[in-house]
Amino acid sequence: MKNTIRQVFHSPKFVVGFCIFMAILLTMLIYPFINPGNPLKMIGLGTFAKPGTYVSLYDSVTTETSIFKLPDADAKRLDKFLSSEDRVSMVNWFTAVGIDISTLDITDTNALLSLWKANYDPALKPKGMTKAQRNYYNRLNDSLNAASTSDTLTVTEVDASSGETVEKAKIGVNDYVNVGNVANVKTLPLGTDNFGRDTLKELVAACGTSIEIGMIAGAVATIIGLLLGLLAGYLGGMVDDLIMFLTNIFTVIPSFVLLILINYSINQDQRGATTVALVIGLTSWVWTARSVRSQVISLRNRDHVNLSRLSGHSLPRIILTDILPYIASYVMMAFILQVSSGILAEAQLSLLGLGPKTTEVPTLGLMMNWAMLYSAHLNGSWWAYFPVIMVIAFISFSLNLMNTGLDQVFNPTLRD
Amino acid sequence: MTTSECTLHEDIALRPKRLEDLASRPLCLSGKGVTKIFGTGAKQTVAVDHVDFEFHEGELVSIVGESGSGKTTLSKMLLGLLNVTSGEIYYQGKPRDISTRHKKREYWKGIQAIFQDPFSSFNVFNKIDTVLLDCINMCGGRHLPKEKKIEMMTEACCFVNLKFAELTNKYPFELSGGQMQRLMIARVFLLKPKILLADEPTSMIDACSRATILDMLLHLRDEIGMTILFITHDIGLSYYISDSVYIMEHGKFVEHGTADEVILAPKAAYTKRLISDVPKIYEPWDLTTV
Amino acid sequence: MSKNILEVRGLTTKYVTRFHEDVYAVDHVSLSIEEGKSLGIAGESGCGKSTLALSLMGYYFAPLHYMSGDIVVDGKNISNMDPDDVRKTVLGTEIAYIPQAAMNALNPTRRIRKFVEDVILAHDPKADRKQIYEMAKARFAELGLPADVLDRHPVELSGGMKQRTVIAISTILKPKVLIADEPSSALDVTSQKMVIKMLRDLMDKGYIRAMIFITHELPLLYNVTDDIMVMYAGQIVEKGNAKDMVFNPIHPYSHGLMRSIIVPEEGTRNHKLSAIPGTPPNLKKPPQGCRFADRCKYVVPQCRYNALPMIEAGEGRAYRCGHSVQHLREEYQNDDE
Repeated sequence: MKNTIRQVFHSPKFVVGFCIFMAILLTMLIYPFINPGNPLKMIGLGTFAKPGTYVSLYDSVTTETSIFKLPDADAKRLDKFLSSEDRVSMVNWFTAVGIDISTLDITDTNALLSLWKANYDPALKPKGMTKAQRNYYNRLNDSLNAASTSDTLTVTEVDASSGETVEKAKIGVNDYVNVGNVANVKTLPLGTDNFGRDTLKELVAACGTSIEIGMIAGAVATIIGLLLGLLAGYLGGMVDDLIMFLTNIFTVIPSFVLLILINYSINQDQRGATTVALVIGLTSWVWTARSVRSQVISLRNRDHVNLSRLSGHSLPRIILTDILPYIASYVMMAFILQVSSGILAEAQLSLLGLGPKTTEVPTLGLMMNWAMLYSAHLNGSWWAYFPVIMVIAFISFSLNLMNTGLDQVFNPTLRD
Repeated sequence: MTTSECTLHEDIALRPKRLEDLASRPLCLSGKGVTKIFGTGAKQTVAVDHVDFEFHEGELVSIVGESGSGKTTLSKMLLGLLNVTSGEIYYQGKPRDISTRHKKREYWKGIQAIFQDPFSSFNVFNKIDTVLLDCINMCGGRHLPKEKKIEMMTEACCFVNLKFAELTNKYPFELSGGQMQRLMIARVFLLKPKILLADEPTSMIDACSRATILDMLLHLRDEIGMTILFITHDIGLSYYISDSVYIMEHGKFVEHGTADEVILAPKAAYTKRLISDVPKIYEPWDLTTV
Repeated sequence: MSKNILEVRGLTTKYVTRFHEDVYAVDHVSLSIEEGKSLGIAGESGCGKSTLALSLMGYYFAPLHYMSGDIVVDGKNISNMDPDDVRKTVLGTEIAYIPQAAMNALNPTRRIRKFVEDVILAHDPKADRKQIYEMAKARFAELGLPADVLDRHPVELSGGMKQRTVIAISTILKPKVLIADEPSSALDVTSQKMVIKMLRDLMDKGYIRAMIFITHELPLLYNVTDDIMVMYAGQIVEKGNAKDMVFNPIHPYSHGLMRSIIVPEEGTRNHKLSAIPGTPPNLKKPPQGCRFADRCKYVVPQCRYNALPMIEAGEGRAYRCGHSVQHLREEYQNDDE
């Protein structure tokens, strides 16, 4: 046994897979302590906030300021102000009016602005330009003028008793606040989803739930498959025929369709994570049973089994000591594969909306479902679905890698 | 007993005397019309076809046949591992009854086996101590004190020229083929059955170590008065060690008698052909009759 | 005295393990076979006889490497030749090799005559297929194989028939030397006899001019080959003609081997069946002196120190032992009493 464990950890594929899986597990266990709270709590009120650090504007107004005169502050401000579409429109105006722009660099805000200031004339009516477009250019010009003039912003408050507007604070163009001094700062590494939930927190919790579902489904499927395979293989005869009949039924009916039907028939309210896990387990034991059965059939005629029978050992004892240890390595690998396929099955189910209850725990599939339902992919909110896909891929990948590594250890002909 | 001092030679000298009182000894295992048919209907195969046999106590019987002759099937039926399709097997004069699990266990206290491949005869997860302890338990020694058990195991290993002290905590597959087969004989020494069925025990052993195994089997027979059923395809081997020989072809016994009768003066055509097909060294080997 | 069709002088080949250790599986082996004669090589499993057979062909695959020595076939030195040259000029035409369980090498999807064509076309690309077929039919009939074998698939043939077919195909180009490695060990006695008969026919009819027969079964060698050579731990320990070797062996190991022969004849009961305890030495670190010393009944301290050469003992016999022939014969006689 010790020797086997040492061999297993020498296999590079197993070690890599194991490390990835452990990293995911550890993150899943430790992160709730760093960032406690209910992952399903909605903290955003809009939809799909981008990842980043969010600073409370209200608090920063009343925070102590420091003055910095940064050389490129103005330019940065204007850069932010002028979107790339605006710049392109300005260039179009220049071209329509006939100004030479061959030496103009569109990203150089100062040059662009000076050229605009020098040449813009609202009275000009370039050929092919509609009235709406001219109005647009007028508005653009006005906003440009407004932007560069103000030096200070004033925050006013309406006094409740007197009804007067009272000045609250003055914000100078060179005023900066230290983010650490602001009372409320929220870092959202993966932004929020459409409900306004912290995606990262949700993802970690979902990961945990999905792995839990995978483990339960895998365990259920492996145990049922092992028991049925052992009985069918060793006892043969009527028992074998009966179990094979059952297996054939389950093979012929596509397991996924069965899964959908069962989940559909269970009311949404009663579908907890464990229920879904059980259902997945109960429909995916078939191939494990089949392969265990064929292994047991080849084992039961071995000499050591015959000698055990001649020594008068009871049936359970023979199965436990003479047959089970010989297929243990195989069952281990089958379990890992079942876990992987269980996680994927849950993800698929949840994507279709037939997964666990949406109000209790998030799962990876559910997150995908929401992202899809609320068109995250269409409005560019990659953070709502892309990390989920990566996590599913990594979990599957690491489990399969561990499996391949184990396979190489137990089957020497596959070693490279 | 040391390994290089084989006493097989002396045993052969004693054989004529042993054969004299063979007929007077009681029957330990016999059968009438024993048949085994696999499959049903048109696709039946008759593996063993109405065989009759009589094995006396203390006899060394060889069952000789080529592969496919049905000797393995017959051995499994004699061991009680396979059901008999028709015919009767008599154990110690009475019809054998192994209908319940309890009766089977009782039967297996009297008959044991050694198989051809020593590597697959042992469970790779059991250490040697476990294997031998299992035998002690089966003979009712479960409640003996630990020292007595170790003494019994040491004695058994000594009988087969292995040192128990060196074998503790080792696994059977760490030994060589010959050593493992000797360990199997040590098991039989502990179990002390009345009948031992040896299914080609030396075919996977080097020629140099073969004599040791045969010698030990014969010593075991002398020590506990055991009947040995020696199943083999090697007719020379059966001639060398057995008292009686049964020749099997296509599920039937075509000839039987004492070793001298069957091999030096065969009557059946199959036996004659079998003997002529084996290379000889004392007489010229006729290659023309192919 | 007819000339030597095969001469091997001091052949040494080694295996290189995964951990870059050298195992000298064949250690300075010298032998020679005259035209029309056959040599049998006997020994327990692991003594190097199969490696010797592979090395004699001159076709080395890693991890088997050629170290030193000469192999001369009918005057032509083939040792250390380029593998491609060996394939084109030696294999099949000078030396033919039949490995253990060769019958499993037949591709189950093709007919037998395709294999014959493959062998002939590999050496003579312009040969006519019809002529090949006729020639093969005639050859197979001469060797006792039924005529329809050529049109069958390997699956339809029994084990013995397949082995005989392989032997016939390997010798279709009339090689000078045939090396057969356990050609009959996986077969039942009747098929075995047919294989042996075919090998004898090949020699008698001149399709092969010399044969090396490797097996662990000594009664076969006695009936098939003219000379016998016994190998132990990569070295030859004794050689001589078959009758002398079986009934009067000199070396303690050959003595032990011959004394463990069992045949269904009365003569078997006249001698004590012997057993040799222990296992062969580890060839990664071969012992300094005699390699059989640990298992020998007649060992004396000198045996372990001196590396022993082969000693001639007259009438083509040679053995590798520190004791004299007389001393050994006396010991054997004492043991028999």
